[in-house]
Amino acid sequence: MILASRLNLLALIGRSLLAVLGATGRLAVFTLEAISHCLRPPFFPRLLLNQMIEIGYYSLPVVGLTGIFAGMVLALQSYTGFSRFAAESAIPNVVALSITRELGPVLAGLMVAGRVGAAMAAEIGTMRVTEQIDALRTLSTNPFKYLIAPRLLAALITMPILVLVADIIGIMGGYIVSVHKLDFNAAAYLKNTWDFLEPMDVISGLVKAAVFGFLIALMGCYHGFNSKGGAQGVGAATTNAVVSGAILVLVFNYIITEAFFSR
Amino acid sequence: MSETNASVGNKPPKISCRGVTKSFGAKSVLAGVDFDVQAGESMVIIGGSGTGKSVTIKCVLGLIRHDAGSIKIDGQEVSRMSARAREAIDRKFGMLFQGGALFDSLPVWENVAFGLLHARNVPRRKARDLAMEKLAMVGLGPEVGKLSPSELSGGMQKRVALARAIATEPEIIFFDEPTTGLDPIMADVINNLIVEITRKLGATALSITHDMASVRKIADKVSMLYDGKIIWSGPIAEIDRCGNPYVEQFIHGRAAGPIQMQVRRL
Ligand SMILES: Nc1ncnc2c1ncn2[C@@H]1O[C@H](COP(=O)(O)OP(=O)(O)O)[C@@H](O)[C@H]1O
Ligand SMILES: [Mg+2]
Repeated sequence: MILASRLNLLALIGRSLLAVLGATGRLAVFTLEAISHCLRPPFFPRLLLNQMIEIGYYSLPVVGLTGIFAGMVLALQSYTGFSRFAAESAIPNVVALSITRELGPVLAGLMVAGRVGAAMAAEIGTMRVTEQIDALRTLSTNPFKYLIAPRLLAALITMPILVLVADIIGIMGGYIVSVHKLDFNAAAYLKNTWDFLEPMDVISGLVKAAVFGFLIALMGCYHGFNSKGGAQGVGAATTNAVVSGAILVLVFNYIITEAFFSR
Repeated sequence: MSETNASVGNKPPKISCRGVTKSFGAKSVLAGVDFDVQAGESMVIIGGSGTGKSVTIKCVLGLIRHDAGSIKIDGQEVSRMSARAREAIDRKFGMLFQGGALFDSLPVWENVAFGLLHARNVPRRKARDLAMEKLAMVGLGPEVGKLSPSELSGGMQKRVALARAIATEPEIIFFDEPTTGLDPIMADVINNLIVEITRKLGATALSITHDMASVRKIADKVSMLYDGKIIWSGPIAEIDRCGNPYVEQFIHGRAAGPIQMQVRRL
Protein backbone atom coordinates (compact mmCIF):
# COMPACT_ATOMS: atom_id res chain seq x y z
CA MET A 1 0.00 0.00 0.00
CA ILE A 2 2.60 2.51 1.11
CA LEU A 3 4.90 1.41 -1.68
CA ALA A 4 2.11 1.81 -4.21
CA SER A 5 1.32 5.34 -3.08
CA ARG A 6 5.02 6.21 -3.10
CA LEU A 7 5.30 4.94 -6.65
CA ASN A 8 2.26 6.98 -7.59
CA LEU A 9 3.89 10.06 -6.16
CA LEU A 10 7.08 9.32 -8.09
CA ALA A 11 5.09 8.82 -11.26
CA LEU A 12 3.35 12.13 -10.69
CA ILE A 13 6.66 13.94 -10.19
CA GLY A 14 8.09 12.24 -13.24
CA ARG A 15 5.13 13.20 -15.38
CA SER A 16 5.25 16.84 -14.28
CA LEU A 17 8.98 16.96 -14.94
CA LEU A 18 8.48 15.53 -18.42
CA ALA A 19 5.73 18.04 -19.09
CA VAL A 20 7.98 20.93 -18.04
CA LEU A 21 10.88 19.63 -20.14
CA GLY A 22 8.55 19.10 -23.10
CA ALA A 23 7.20 22.63 -22.86
CA THR A 24 10.71 24.08 -22.58
CA GLY A 25 11.82 22.07 -25.59
CA ARG A 26 8.86 23.21 -27.67
CA LEU A 27 9.51 26.83 -26.77
CA ALA A 28 13.20 26.45 -27.63
CA VAL A 29 12.38 24.96 -31.04
CA PHE A 30 9.83 27.70 -31.68
CA THR A 31 12.33 30.41 -30.69
CA LEU A 32 15.09 29.04 -32.91
CA GLU A 33 12.79 28.70 -35.88
CA ALA A 34 11.47 32.23 -35.33
CA ILE A 35 14.99 33.69 -35.12
CA SER A 36 16.13 31.83 -38.21
CA HIS A 37 13.19 33.30 -40.15
CA CYS A 38 14.03 36.78 -38.85
CA LEU A 39 17.45 36.47 -40.47
CA ARG A 40 16.59 34.89 -43.85
CA PRO A 41 14.75 36.49 -46.77
CA PRO A 42 12.09 37.02 -47.99
CA PHE A 43 11.36 39.88 -45.60
CA PHE A 44 8.08 41.72 -45.29
CA PRO A 45 9.07 45.39 -44.78
CA ARG A 46 5.47 46.59 -45.03
CA LEU A 47 4.39 44.26 -42.20
CA LEU A 48 7.42 45.24 -40.13
CA LEU A 49 6.48 48.90 -40.48
CA ASN A 50 2.85 48.18 -39.54
CA GLN A 51 3.96 46.33 -36.44
CA MET A 52 6.39 49.08 -35.47
CA ILE A 53 3.57 51.58 -35.62
CA GLU A 54 1.27 49.24 -33.72
CA ILE A 55 3.82 48.46 -31.01
CA GLY A 56 5.78 51.69 -30.84
CA TYR A 57 3.54 54.56 -31.78
CA TYR A 58 0.36 53.33 -30.10
CA SER A 59 2.22 52.45 -26.89
CA LEU A 60 3.61 55.97 -26.53
CA PRO A 61 0.70 57.34 -24.42
CA VAL A 62 0.77 54.51 -21.85
CA VAL A 63 4.53 54.48 -21.64
CA GLY A 64 4.68 58.25 -21.39
CA LEU A 65 2.10 58.33 -18.61
CA THR A 66 3.80 55.64 -16.56
CA GLY A 67 7.13 57.41 -17.10
CA ILE A 68 6.03 60.83 -15.95
CA PHE A 69 4.28 59.60 -12.82
CA ALA A 70 7.15 57.30 -11.91
CA GLY A 71 9.58 60.23 -12.17
CA MET A 72 7.32 62.50 -10.15
CA VAL A 73 6.74 60.10 -7.29
CA LEU A 74 10.43 59.21 -7.26
CA ALA A 75 11.38 62.84 -6.69
CA LEU A 76 8.79 63.19 -3.97
CA GLN A 77 9.79 60.05 -2.10
CA SER A 78 13.53 60.57 -2.32
CA TYR A 79 13.00 64.08 -1.00
CA THR A 80 11.24 62.63 2.05
CA GLY A 81 14.17 60.33 2.66
CA PHE A 82 17.09 62.53 1.71
CA SER A 83 15.94 65.66 3.55
CA ARG A 84 16.53 63.75 6.80
CA PHE A 85 20.27 63.64 5.96
CA ALA A 86 20.29 67.06 4.31
CA ALA A 87 21.18 65.25 1.07
CA GLU A 88 18.51 66.80 -1.15
CA SER A 89 21.12 67.60 -3.79
CA ALA A 90 21.29 63.90 -4.64
CA ILE A 91 17.68 63.85 -5.84
CA PRO A 92 18.40 64.60 -9.53
CA ASN A 93 20.89 61.72 -9.63
CA VAL A 94 18.59 59.32 -7.87
CA VAL A 95 15.76 60.15 -10.25
CA ALA A 96 17.91 59.90 -13.37
CA LEU A 97 19.63 56.69 -12.31
CA SER A 98 16.49 54.91 -11.19
CA ILE A 99 14.57 55.89 -14.29
CA THR A 100 17.19 55.06 -16.90
CA ARG A 101 18.49 51.89 -15.30
CA GLU A 102 15.38 50.32 -13.85
CA LEU A 103 12.02 52.02 -13.86
CA GLY A 104 12.00 53.15 -17.48
CA PRO A 105 12.62 49.73 -19.00
CA VAL A 106 10.74 47.71 -16.40
CA LEU A 107 7.59 49.83 -16.30
CA ALA A 108 7.53 50.20 -20.07
CA GLY A 109 8.15 46.45 -20.36
CA LEU A 110 5.24 45.61 -18.08
CA MET A 111 2.91 48.01 -19.86
CA VAL A 112 3.90 46.71 -23.28
CA ALA A 113 3.57 43.11 -22.06
CA GLY A 114 -0.03 43.90 -21.19
CA ARG A 115 -0.83 45.86 -24.31
CA VAL A 116 1.18 44.23 -27.06
CA GLY A 117 1.64 40.70 -25.71
CA ALA A 118 -2.10 40.33 -25.28
CA ALA A 119 -2.90 41.78 -28.69
CA MET A 120 -0.42 39.48 -30.43
CA ALA A 121 -1.65 36.35 -28.65
CA ALA A 122 -5.28 37.20 -29.36
CA GLU A 123 -4.70 37.98 -33.02
CA ILE A 124 -2.46 35.02 -33.80
CA GLY A 125 -4.58 32.72 -31.63
CA THR A 126 -7.73 33.68 -33.51
CA MET A 127 -5.91 33.10 -36.77
CA ARG A 128 -4.93 29.65 -35.51
CA VAL A 129 -8.40 28.54 -34.44
CA THR A 130 -10.08 29.90 -37.57
CA GLU A 131 -7.54 28.05 -39.76
CA GLN A 132 -6.07 31.29 -41.12
CA ILE A 133 -2.58 30.01 -40.28
CA ASP A 134 -3.26 26.82 -42.24
CA ALA A 135 -4.55 29.02 -45.06
CA LEU A 136 -1.23 30.92 -45.07
CA ARG A 137 0.60 27.64 -45.57
CA THR A 138 -1.63 26.62 -48.49
CA LEU A 139 -0.86 30.00 -50.07
CA SER A 140 2.85 29.14 -49.92
CA THR A 141 3.55 31.69 -47.20
CA ASN A 142 5.44 30.64 -44.12
CA PRO A 143 3.57 31.85 -41.02
CA PHE A 144 6.86 32.33 -39.18
CA LYS A 145 7.97 34.76 -41.87
CA TYR A 146 4.65 36.48 -42.32
CA LEU A 147 3.32 36.66 -38.76
CA ILE A 148 6.08 36.06 -36.26
CA ALA A 149 9.30 37.52 -37.64
CA PRO A 150 7.82 41.02 -38.22
CA ARG A 151 6.41 41.10 -34.68
CA LEU A 152 9.65 39.97 -33.03
CA LEU A 153 11.76 42.40 -35.03
CA ALA A 154 9.36 45.29 -34.54
CA ALA A 155 9.27 44.78 -30.77
CA LEU A 156 13.05 44.43 -30.63
CA ILE A 157 13.54 47.68 -32.54
CA THR A 158 10.81 49.84 -31.03
CA MET A 159 11.12 48.98 -27.34
CA PRO A 160 14.46 50.82 -26.95
CA ILE A 161 12.93 53.87 -28.62
CA LEU A 162 9.93 53.70 -26.31
CA VAL A 163 12.19 53.39 -23.29
CA LEU A 164 14.32 56.32 -24.41
CA VAL A 165 11.12 58.37 -24.54
CA ALA A 166 10.12 57.03 -21.11
CA ASP A 167 13.56 58.01 -19.76
CA ILE A 168 13.23 61.57 -20.98
CA ILE A 169 9.64 61.95 -19.79
CA GLY A 170 10.44 60.30 -16.45
CA ILE A 171 13.35 62.65 -15.77
CA MET A 172 11.07 65.51 -16.77
CA GLY A 173 8.53 64.29 -14.21
CA GLY A 174 11.17 64.41 -11.50
CA TYR A 175 12.20 67.84 -12.68
CA ILE A 176 8.65 69.18 -12.58
CA VAL A 177 8.07 68.03 -9.01
CA SER A 178 11.52 69.14 -7.82
CA VAL A 179 11.35 72.58 -9.38
CA HIS A 180 7.71 73.43 -8.84
CA LYS A 181 7.03 71.70 -5.56
CA LEU A 182 10.36 71.23 -3.80
CA ASP A 183 11.84 74.60 -4.85
CA PHE A 184 14.92 73.32 -6.67
CA ASN A 185 16.79 75.63 -8.98
CA ALA A 186 15.80 74.59 -12.50
CA ALA A 187 19.20 75.06 -14.16
CA ALA A 188 21.06 73.39 -11.30
CA TYR A 189 18.71 70.41 -11.39
CA LEU A 190 19.29 69.84 -15.09
CA LYS A 191 23.04 70.35 -14.83
CA ASN A 192 23.19 67.95 -11.91
CA THR A 193 21.27 65.32 -13.87
CA TRP A 194 23.42 65.75 -16.94
CA ASP A 195 26.75 65.70 -15.10
CA PHE A 196 26.13 62.57 -13.12
CA LEU A 197 24.39 60.45 -15.71
CA GLU A 198 26.82 58.05 -17.39
CA PRO A 199 26.30 56.62 -20.86
CA MET A 200 26.25 53.13 -19.39
CA ASP A 201 23.18 53.99 -17.28
CA VAL A 202 21.17 54.76 -20.39
CA ILE A 203 22.71 52.05 -22.55
CA SER A 204 22.01 49.30 -20.03
CA GLY A 205 18.38 50.41 -19.95
CA LEU A 206 18.14 50.32 -23.72
CA VAL A 207 19.69 46.85 -23.90
CA LYS A 208 17.12 45.73 -21.36
CA ALA A 209 14.39 47.27 -23.47
CA ALA A 210 15.45 45.39 -26.59
CA VAL A 211 15.55 42.09 -24.70
CA PHE A 212 12.17 42.77 -23.07
CA GLY A 213 10.62 43.65 -26.41
CA PHE A 214 11.83 40.42 -27.93
CA LEU A 215 10.61 38.33 -24.99
CA ILE A 216 7.20 39.97 -24.85
CA ALA A 217 6.62 39.46 -28.57
CA LEU A 218 7.95 35.92 -28.34
CA MET A 219 5.46 35.07 -25.59
CA GLY A 220 2.58 36.68 -27.47
CA CYS A 221 3.43 34.82 -30.68
CA TYR A 222 4.21 31.49 -29.02
CA HIS A 223 1.03 31.30 -26.97
CA GLY A 224 -1.11 32.57 -29.83
CA PHE A 225 0.47 30.19 -32.33
CA ASN A 226 -0.15 27.19 -30.09
CA SER A 227 -3.65 28.07 -28.93
CA LYS A 228 -6.23 25.31 -29.21
CA GLY A 229 -9.97 25.07 -29.31
CA GLY A 230 -12.06 28.18 -29.82
CA ALA A 231 -12.65 31.44 -28.01
CA GLN A 232 -11.72 29.86 -24.70
CA GLY A 233 -8.37 28.67 -26.03
CA VAL A 234 -7.60 32.13 -27.36
CA GLY A 235 -8.52 33.64 -24.00
CA ALA A 236 -6.17 31.27 -22.18
CA ALA A 237 -3.40 32.02 -24.68
CA THR A 238 -3.83 35.75 -24.10
CA THR A 239 -3.63 35.41 -20.33
CA ASN A 240 -0.58 33.15 -20.58
CA ALA A 241 1.14 35.56 -22.94
CA VAL A 242 0.69 38.51 -20.58
CA VAL A 243 1.63 36.66 -17.41
CA SER A 244 4.68 34.91 -18.86
CA GLY A 245 5.75 38.10 -20.64
CA ALA A 246 5.60 40.12 -17.41
CA ILE A 247 7.45 37.47 -15.41
CA LEU A 248 10.18 37.16 -18.03
CA VAL A 249 10.60 40.96 -18.00
CA LEU A 250 11.26 40.90 -14.25
CA VAL A 251 13.54 37.84 -14.37
CA PHE A 252 15.62 39.15 -17.25
CA ASN A 253 15.75 42.57 -15.63
CA TYR A 254 17.63 41.01 -12.77
CA ILE A 255 19.87 38.91 -15.01
CA ILE A 256 20.84 41.87 -17.21
CA THR A 257 21.41 44.16 -14.22
CA GLU A 258 23.69 41.55 -12.73
CA ALA A 259 25.58 41.19 -16.01
CA PHE A 260 26.09 44.95 -16.36
CA PHE A 261 26.74 46.14 -12.84
CA SER A 262 27.78 43.30 -10.55
CA ARG A 263 31.52 43.98 -10.92
CA MET B 1 -17.70 16.85 -65.17
CA SER B 2 -17.99 13.53 -66.92
CA GLU B 3 -16.06 14.33 -70.06
CA THR B 4 -12.75 15.03 -68.29
CA ASN B 5 -10.33 12.29 -69.21
CA ALA B 6 -9.67 10.19 -66.15
CA SER B 7 -6.16 8.86 -66.53
CA VAL B 8 -3.61 10.05 -69.02
CA GLY B 9 -1.38 7.28 -70.39
CA ASN B 10 0.94 5.87 -67.75
CA LYS B 11 1.46 9.06 -65.76
CA PRO B 12 1.35 8.54 -62.01
CA PRO B 13 -1.85 9.66 -60.28
CA LYS B 14 -1.91 13.29 -59.14
CA ILE B 15 -2.65 12.21 -55.60
CA SER B 16 -2.05 8.75 -54.25
CA CYS B 17 -2.61 7.65 -50.65
CA ARG B 18 -1.70 4.20 -49.35
CA GLY B 19 -2.34 3.02 -45.82
CA VAL B 20 -2.39 6.52 -44.35
CA THR B 21 -2.97 6.48 -40.60
CA LYS B 22 -3.39 9.27 -38.10
CA SER B 23 -4.25 9.27 -34.41
CA PHE B 24 -4.70 12.15 -32.00
CA GLY B 25 -3.46 10.85 -28.68
CA ALA B 26 -5.23 7.57 -28.08
CA LYS B 27 -7.93 8.36 -30.62
CA SER B 28 -7.39 6.79 -34.02
CA VAL B 29 -8.98 8.86 -36.79
CA LEU B 30 -7.49 7.40 -39.99
CA ALA B 31 -6.76 3.68 -39.98
CA GLY B 32 -5.24 3.06 -43.39
CA VAL B 33 -6.76 5.30 -46.05
CA ASP B 34 -6.16 4.35 -49.69
CA PHE B 35 -7.21 6.30 -52.75
CA ASP B 36 -5.92 7.69 -56.04
CA VAL B 37 -6.94 10.81 -57.88
CA GLN B 38 -5.92 10.91 -61.54
CA ALA B 39 -4.94 14.10 -63.33
CA GLY B 40 -7.95 16.16 -64.37
CA GLU B 41 -10.29 14.06 -62.29
CA SER B 42 -12.71 15.34 -59.67
CA MET B 43 -12.90 13.04 -56.71
CA VAL B 44 -15.25 13.54 -53.80
CA ILE B 45 -14.84 11.96 -50.39
CA ILE B 46 -18.13 11.45 -48.58
CA GLY B 47 -18.71 10.36 -45.02
CA GLY B 48 -20.43 11.35 -41.81
CA SER B 49 -19.21 14.32 -39.85
CA GLY B 50 -16.25 13.59 -37.60
CA THR B 51 -15.09 10.60 -39.68
CA GLY B 52 -11.82 12.31 -40.57
CA LYS B 53 -12.49 13.80 -43.99
CA SER B 54 -10.88 17.13 -43.13
CA VAL B 55 -7.99 15.33 -41.46
CA THR B 56 -7.43 13.34 -44.67
CA ILE B 57 -7.21 16.46 -46.79
CA LYS B 58 -4.95 18.19 -44.27
CA CYS B 59 -2.59 15.20 -44.35
CA VAL B 60 -2.40 15.43 -48.13
CA LEU B 61 -1.78 19.18 -47.88
CA GLY B 62 0.92 18.62 -45.25
CA LEU B 63 -0.88 20.73 -42.64
CA ILE B 64 -1.09 17.68 -40.38
CA ARG B 65 1.69 15.11 -40.31
CA HIS B 66 0.34 11.60 -40.86
CA ASP B 67 1.63 8.79 -38.63
CA ALA B 68 2.28 6.11 -41.22
CA GLY B 69 1.59 5.23 -44.83
CA SER B 70 2.47 6.88 -48.08
CA ILE B 71 1.16 10.07 -49.68
CA LYS B 72 2.40 10.82 -53.18
CA ILE B 73 1.80 13.92 -55.25
CA ASP B 74 2.68 13.45 -58.93
CA GLY B 75 4.47 10.28 -57.91
CA GLN B 76 6.68 12.01 -55.30
CA GLU B 77 6.52 10.85 -51.72
CA VAL B 78 5.78 13.97 -49.65
CA SER B 79 6.80 12.82 -46.19
CA ARG B 80 10.47 12.30 -47.08
CA MET B 81 10.91 15.53 -48.93
CA SER B 82 13.34 18.43 -48.49
CA ALA B 83 11.79 21.75 -47.51
CA ARG B 84 12.60 23.14 -50.95
CA ALA B 85 10.84 20.29 -52.78
CA ARG B 86 7.93 20.58 -50.37
CA GLU B 87 7.54 24.26 -51.28
CA ALA B 88 7.44 23.36 -54.95
CA ILE B 89 4.65 20.87 -54.25
CA ASP B 90 2.75 23.41 -52.13
CA ARG B 91 2.68 25.76 -55.09
CA LYS B 92 0.53 23.26 -56.98
CA PHE B 93 -2.18 23.43 -54.32
CA GLY B 94 -5.23 25.58 -53.78
CA MET B 95 -7.50 25.02 -50.81
CA LEU B 96 -10.99 26.14 -49.91
CA PHE B 97 -11.32 25.76 -46.14
CA GLN B 98 -14.48 24.56 -44.47
CA GLY B 99 -14.82 27.82 -42.53
CA GLY B 100 -13.46 30.05 -45.29
CA ALA B 101 -10.39 31.03 -43.24
CA LEU B 102 -10.26 34.46 -44.86
CA PHE B 103 -7.67 36.84 -43.41
CA ASP B 104 -9.78 39.31 -41.48
CA SER B 105 -6.97 41.86 -41.27
CA LEU B 106 -6.94 42.27 -45.06
CA PRO B 107 -9.55 43.58 -47.48
CA VAL B 108 -11.26 41.07 -49.76
CA TRP B 109 -9.13 41.81 -52.80
CA GLU B 110 -5.90 41.28 -50.87
CA ASN B 111 -7.24 37.98 -49.59
CA VAL B 112 -7.83 36.86 -53.16
CA ALA B 113 -4.50 38.25 -54.35
CA PHE B 114 -2.55 36.88 -51.37
CA GLY B 115 -0.85 33.98 -53.14
CA LEU B 116 -0.02 36.17 -56.13
CA LEU B 117 1.45 38.94 -53.97
CA HIS B 118 3.49 36.90 -51.54
CA ALA B 119 4.36 33.63 -53.23
CA ARG B 120 4.54 34.72 -56.89
CA ASN B 121 5.79 38.29 -56.41
CA VAL B 122 3.20 39.78 -58.73
CA PRO B 123 3.26 43.60 -58.44
CA ARG B 124 0.41 45.02 -56.34
CA ARG B 125 -1.48 46.74 -59.13
CA LYS B 126 -1.36 43.69 -61.38
CA ALA B 127 -2.35 41.42 -58.49
CA ARG B 128 -5.27 43.68 -57.73
CA ASP B 129 -6.53 43.47 -61.31
CA LEU B 130 -6.17 39.70 -61.28
CA ALA B 131 -8.02 39.50 -57.96
CA MET B 132 -10.90 41.57 -59.37
CA GLU B 133 -10.98 39.20 -62.34
CA LYS B 134 -11.21 36.18 -60.03
CA LEU B 135 -13.91 37.89 -57.98
CA ALA B 136 -15.87 38.43 -61.17
CA MET B 137 -15.49 34.73 -61.95
CA VAL B 138 -17.30 33.89 -58.71
CA GLY B 139 -19.95 36.52 -59.39
CA LEU B 140 -18.76 39.32 -57.12
CA GLY B 141 -18.37 42.88 -58.33
CA PRO B 142 -15.29 45.07 -57.84
CA GLU B 143 -17.02 47.02 -55.03
CA VAL B 144 -16.75 43.88 -52.86
CA GLY B 145 -12.96 43.98 -53.22
CA LYS B 146 -12.59 46.90 -50.84
CA LEU B 147 -14.75 45.42 -48.08
CA SER B 148 -13.43 43.53 -45.09
CA PRO B 149 -14.30 39.79 -44.94
CA SER B 150 -16.32 40.39 -41.76
CA GLU B 151 -18.71 42.59 -43.74
CA LEU B 152 -19.71 39.72 -46.03
CA SER B 153 -22.52 37.17 -45.72
CA GLY B 154 -21.67 33.46 -45.39
CA GLY B 155 -22.31 32.77 -49.06
CA MET B 156 -20.15 35.70 -50.16
CA GLN B 157 -17.35 34.57 -47.84
CA LYS B 158 -17.45 31.12 -49.43
CA ARG B 159 -17.22 32.70 -52.86
CA VAL B 160 -14.30 34.90 -51.84
CA ALA B 161 -12.58 31.85 -50.34
CA LEU B 162 -13.19 30.06 -53.63
CA ALA B 163 -11.71 32.97 -55.57
CA ARG B 164 -8.66 32.89 -53.28
CA ALA B 165 -8.22 29.14 -53.73
CA ILE B 166 -8.11 29.46 -57.52
CA ALA B 167 -6.27 32.78 -57.82
CA THR B 168 -2.86 31.22 -58.44
CA GLU B 169 -4.42 28.81 -60.96
CA PRO B 170 -3.31 25.73 -59.02
CA GLU B 171 -3.02 22.26 -60.53
CA ILE B 172 -4.73 20.58 -57.60
CA ILE B 173 -7.63 22.19 -55.77
CA PHE B 174 -9.10 20.99 -52.48
CA PHE B 175 -12.64 21.89 -51.48
CA ASP B 176 -13.60 21.19 -47.87
CA GLU B 177 -17.39 21.24 -47.60
CA PRO B 178 -17.86 24.02 -50.14
CA THR B 179 -21.65 24.12 -49.75
CA THR B 180 -22.19 23.43 -46.06
CA GLY B 181 -24.24 26.10 -44.37
CA LEU B 182 -25.51 27.63 -47.59
CA ASP B 183 -29.07 27.75 -48.85
CA PRO B 184 -29.82 25.27 -51.67
CA ILE B 185 -29.73 27.90 -54.39
CA MET B 186 -26.42 29.38 -53.26
CA ALA B 187 -25.11 25.82 -52.86
CA ASP B 188 -25.98 25.11 -56.48
CA VAL B 189 -24.27 28.33 -57.57
CA ILE B 190 -21.11 27.27 -55.75
CA ASN B 191 -21.27 23.76 -57.21
CA ASN B 192 -21.56 25.17 -60.72
CA LEU B 193 -18.63 27.48 -60.05
CA ILE B 194 -16.50 24.60 -58.87
CA VAL B 195 -17.28 22.52 -61.94
CA GLU B 196 -16.78 25.43 -64.30
CA ILE B 197 -13.54 26.65 -62.73
CA THR B 198 -11.83 23.29 -62.37
CA ARG B 199 -12.69 22.55 -65.97
CA LYS B 200 -11.41 25.93 -67.13
CA LEU B 201 -8.12 25.51 -65.27
CA GLY B 202 -7.88 21.83 -66.18
CA ALA B 203 -7.29 21.23 -62.48
CA THR B 204 -7.49 18.06 -60.45
CA ALA B 205 -10.01 18.37 -57.63
CA LEU B 206 -10.35 16.61 -54.30
CA SER B 207 -13.50 17.62 -52.44
CA ILE B 208 -15.20 16.71 -49.23
CA THR B 209 -18.90 16.94 -48.66
CA HIS B 210 -21.82 15.27 -47.04
CA ASP B 211 -24.25 17.01 -49.37
CA MET B 212 -25.39 14.46 -51.97
CA ALA B 213 -26.67 17.10 -54.39
CA SER B 214 -23.19 18.55 -54.41
CA VAL B 215 -21.63 15.11 -54.90
CA ARG B 216 -23.76 14.39 -57.95
CA LYS B 217 -22.86 17.73 -59.43
CA ILE B 218 -19.10 17.88 -58.96
CA ALA B 219 -17.85 14.27 -58.70
CA ASP B 220 -16.30 12.10 -61.38
CA LYS B 221 -15.41 9.56 -58.73
CA VAL B 222 -16.65 9.07 -55.17
CA SER B 223 -14.98 7.47 -52.17
CA MET B 224 -16.69 6.86 -48.88
CA LEU B 225 -14.76 7.21 -45.64
CA TYR B 226 -16.04 5.23 -42.71
CA ASP B 227 -14.32 4.15 -39.52
CA GLY B 228 -10.93 5.41 -40.68
CA LYS B 229 -10.94 3.62 -44.04
CA ILE B 230 -12.22 4.10 -47.57
CA ILE B 231 -14.95 1.46 -47.69
CA TRP B 232 -16.16 2.08 -51.22
CA SER B 233 -14.80 3.87 -54.23
CA GLY B 234 -16.18 4.15 -57.74
CA PRO B 235 -17.46 6.38 -60.52
CA ILE B 236 -20.41 8.61 -59.64
CA ALA B 237 -22.61 6.76 -62.13
CA GLU B 238 -22.30 3.58 -60.09
CA ILE B 239 -23.09 4.99 -56.69
CA ASP B 240 -26.80 4.24 -56.86
CA ARG B 241 -26.22 0.56 -57.62
CA CYS B 242 -23.06 -0.06 -55.64
CA GLY B 243 -24.70 -2.61 -53.38
CA ASN B 244 -22.73 -1.37 -50.37
CA PRO B 245 -25.11 -1.02 -47.41
CA TYR B 246 -23.02 1.74 -45.80
CA VAL B 247 -22.99 3.84 -48.94
CA GLU B 248 -26.69 3.24 -49.52
CA GLN B 249 -27.56 4.29 -46.01
CA PHE B 250 -25.47 7.44 -46.44
CA ILE B 251 -26.81 8.53 -49.82
CA HIS B 252 -30.39 8.00 -48.75
CA GLY B 253 -29.80 9.59 -45.36
CA ARG B 254 -31.45 6.86 -43.30
CA ALA B 255 -31.05 6.57 -39.54
CA ALA B 256 -31.48 2.80 -39.74
CA GLY B 257 -28.64 0.76 -41.22
CA PRO B 258 -25.14 -0.51 -40.52
CA ILE B 259 -23.85 2.97 -39.56
CA GLN B 260 -24.90 3.53 -35.97
CA MET B 261 -24.78 7.05 -34.59
CA GLN B 262 -23.56 7.06 -31.03
CA VAL B 263 -26.57 8.60 -29.35
CA ARG B 264 -28.18 7.38 -26.19
CA ARG B 265 -31.79 6.21 -26.37
CA LEU B 266 -34.20 8.60 -24.72
N1 LIG C 1 -6.06 18.93 -34.32
C1 LIG C 1 -6.82 17.94 -33.80
N2 LIG C 1 -6.57 17.49 -32.55
C2 LIG C 1 -7.31 16.49 -32.01
N3 LIG C 1 -8.33 15.89 -32.62
C3 LIG C 1 -8.62 16.29 -33.87
C4 LIG C 1 -7.89 17.33 -34.53
N4 LIG C 1 -8.41 17.52 -35.76
C5 LIG C 1 -9.42 16.63 -35.87
N5 LIG C 1 -9.55 15.89 -34.75
C6 LIG C 1 -10.53 14.83 -34.53
O1 LIG C 1 -10.54 14.00 -35.67
C7 LIG C 1 -11.86 13.61 -35.98
C8 LIG C 1 -12.16 13.88 -37.43
O2 LIG C 1 -12.21 15.26 -37.64
P1 LIG C 1 -12.50 15.90 -39.07
O3 LIG C 1 -11.56 15.35 -40.06
O4 LIG C 1 -12.52 17.37 -38.89
O5 LIG C 1 -13.98 15.37 -39.37
P2 LIG C 1 -14.84 15.63 -40.68
O6 LIG C 1 -14.93 14.29 -41.34
O7 LIG C 1 -16.18 16.07 -40.21
O8 LIG C 1 -14.15 16.64 -41.50
C9 LIG C 1 -12.79 14.35 -35.04
O9 LIG C 1 -13.27 13.43 -34.09
C10 LIG C 1 -11.92 15.38 -34.38
O10 LIG C 1 -12.27 15.49 -33.04
MG1 LIG D 1 -14.53 18.62 -41.85
